Amino acid sequence: MKKFLLKGILKDKGRSLLPVIVVSLGALLTVFLYSWVKGVMGDSIEMSSNFDTGDVKVVTRAYARQADQYPNDLAILGVDTLLEALKAGFPDMDWAPRIRFGALADFPDSLGETRGQGPVAGWAVDLLGEGSREPERFNLPAAIVRGRMPESRGEVLLAENLASRFDAGPGDSFTLFGTTMEGGFTFVNYTIAGTVRFGATGLDRGAVLMDLQDARAAFAMEDAAGEILGFLPVFHYDDRMAQEVVSRFQAGAGSGDGISGQDQEYAPVMITLGRQAGMAEMLVYAEAISGMLIFLFVLAMSIVLWNAGLLGGLRRYTEFGIRIALGEDKGHIYRSLLWEALVIGSIGSILGTFVGVVFVYIFHHVGFNFSSMMQQASMLIPGIMRPAITPAIYYIGFIPGVLSMLLGNALAGRGIYKRQTSRLFNELEV
Amino acid sequence: MTDNAIVTLRELYKRFPAGKGTFTALKDINLTFGKGEFSGIVGPSGSGKTTLLNIIGSLDTPTEGTATVLGKKINVLSQKEAAALRNNGIGFIFQTYNLLPVYTVYENVEFALLLQKISAPERKKRVMESLQWVGLADRAASRPASLSGGECQRVAIARAIVKRPALVLADEPSANLDSANSHHIVRTMKELNRELGTTFLFSTHDEKVMQYLDRIIYLKDGAVEKDELC
Ligand SMILES: Nc1ncnc2c1ncn2[C@@H]1O[C@H](COP(=O)(O)OP(=O)(O)OP(=O)(O)O)[C@@H](O)[C@H]1O
Ligand SMILES: [Mg+2]
Repeated sequence: MKKFLLKGILKDKGRSLLPVIVVSLGALLTVFLYSWVKGVMGDSIEMSSNFDTGDVKVVTRAYARQADQYPNDLAILGVDTLLEALKAGFPDMDWAPRIRFGALADFPDSLGETRGQGPVAGWAVDLLGEGSREPERFNLPAAIVRGRMPESRGEVLLAENLASRFDAGPGDSFTLFGTTMEGGFTFVNYTIAGTVRFGATGLDRGAVLMDLQDARAAFAMEDAAGEILGFLPVFHYDDRMAQEVVSRFQAGAGSGDGISGQDQEYAPVMITLGRQAGMAEMLVYAEAISGMLIFLFVLAMSIVLWNAGLLGGLRRYTEFGIRIALGEDKGHIYRSLLWEALVIGSIGSILGTFVGVVFVYIFHHVGFNFSSMMQQASMLIPGIMRPAITPAIYYIGFIPGVLSMLLGNALAGRGIYKRQTSRLFNELEV
Repeated sequence: MTDNAIVTLRELYKRFPAGKGTFTALKDINLTFGKGEFSGIVGPSGSGKTTLLNIIGSLDTPTEGTATVLGKKINVLSQKEAAALRNNGIGFIFQTYNLLPVYTVYENVEFALLLQKISAPERKKRVMESLQWVGLADRAASRPASLSGGECQRVAIARAIVKRPALVLADEPSANLDSANSHHIVRTMKELNRELGTTFLFSTHDEKVMQYLDRIIYLKDGAVEKDELC
């Protein structure tokens, strides 16, 4: 019987072609959109983790409250001791002290007069230290557009957009005006070692990247750091793992003795990426979008396939009539319709998934440049978006593909039960 | 009632809802068809021929009275039981041949056997045998679209008898056929009736069919007007 039905599916194009096309399209779109959502969200989170939040971040309690202003007057003191303790408490994690700051950059002309001024967002990280993994996190030196990596104190990297705006380039100097930890005014001269473009719109507009020691000297922050970022030994951010680290930290691990006597306001606290600046919502959002997409596809495709099934049912009126007359139980006919739906749904899903996966691979390697559309964005969103290649892309298309086909046929097939056997002949003799 | 009765109808009425009241399509039918009969129901359009065949074929139920077919009381059968009765005991031949266009002649006939648990080699043997009976063994691989009307009806006959039912119901089988083909298919059925002992019950108003019948029941306005052996 199954073989017989299969022959029908294969020989009767009207029965299989439209559903297969609809199902493949749905599966294709699901695979493609799902991988985009995952890809863009995943890249954004990865980027946030590397550039901004870490997988976890240690700051003072007071700093945490105004974290978006990078209040360096509330920075962590005794960083070396704390770092030792963190490394001892969480040996498989990587810990990176950083200073974030806002400042004004002043670009001089050949006579030393001000040619132009602009605000910059400063990142002071361990650029020069032996074995530091910070350059890797900022995708250096690949992100360098002109010039080279800083090799000594006083050399910095400047966002290419900012540099070209002021006609500055490698070898040129500029002055940074900022505030010290005590609230005093300070200015320091730096040399541009190179210009960078990260592909993160918020950063590319006006970032200056310097070595941590330079910033400590400039802002009088000896043995201090605004924040200490912690990185889990996993490729993608894992919220549960991060929360576990935080619980252990709160229970005393990694906080050492050096800070025990300090004021509660300046006691270090640890926050996961998920808990920082809306990241938790973003994570939930990503899941919700994927779920919603699949639900919508199932719904829309089911309606289309239901109608296709109704049309197919009309075309097959004779067949069902004969099957009833030959003594096939109605339930058996209905179940055979569901079986056909399963077969057609699977065929369509396989085709759609195949094409979808091919597209995902292509776009994953090519990427799609969104940066021109996001000039205004201040968020850390990757300028080049690409779909993610995850195991789910191989099966996610089957959910809407098979479900919608089953649902569509299940609805359309109800007509079989309504059919009056006594009308069989009359109807057949039209 | 004889022991070899295949169909027994007793005080059978069939009413259909019509407007506010009902329309009586069959009135007080009392008939018995024995094993091996080759009989026909004859009557003008609307006289109730199809309605009667539907009830005998367990596709419909009587409103009053009883219909016993192959030992089963049609009145009380569930949908499933009725399907099983048709599957095991009754073959149908329709006015429009109702072959499935996507399948070959062979597959159309084989279809009738798929519901029964018959092994593939046995199925093949039976399908080819049936096609030989109707003289179409050489067209087994053809599609219905490439056959003439007469050939299509012969395939339908092969489909009806391939499972060797005790009873074949044929509702105006020659209505769409020309004279030569009408003769041909009725003769074919007559041979099968003789060789296999299959009971055939026709509805027809075709003179050419009537001349082959052993017994003719005349229906008029839903009632038996005449029941005569030929
Ligand atoms: N399901 C039904 N509902 C209502 N009326 C019906 C139904 N089936 C048949 N009838 C009516 O019962 C009467 C007998 O119909 P039937 O189809 O049995 O006639 P028939 O002798 O087969 O006619 P024909 O030679 O045209 O096929 C007709 O008047 C028909 O309209
Ligand atoms: Mg009729």
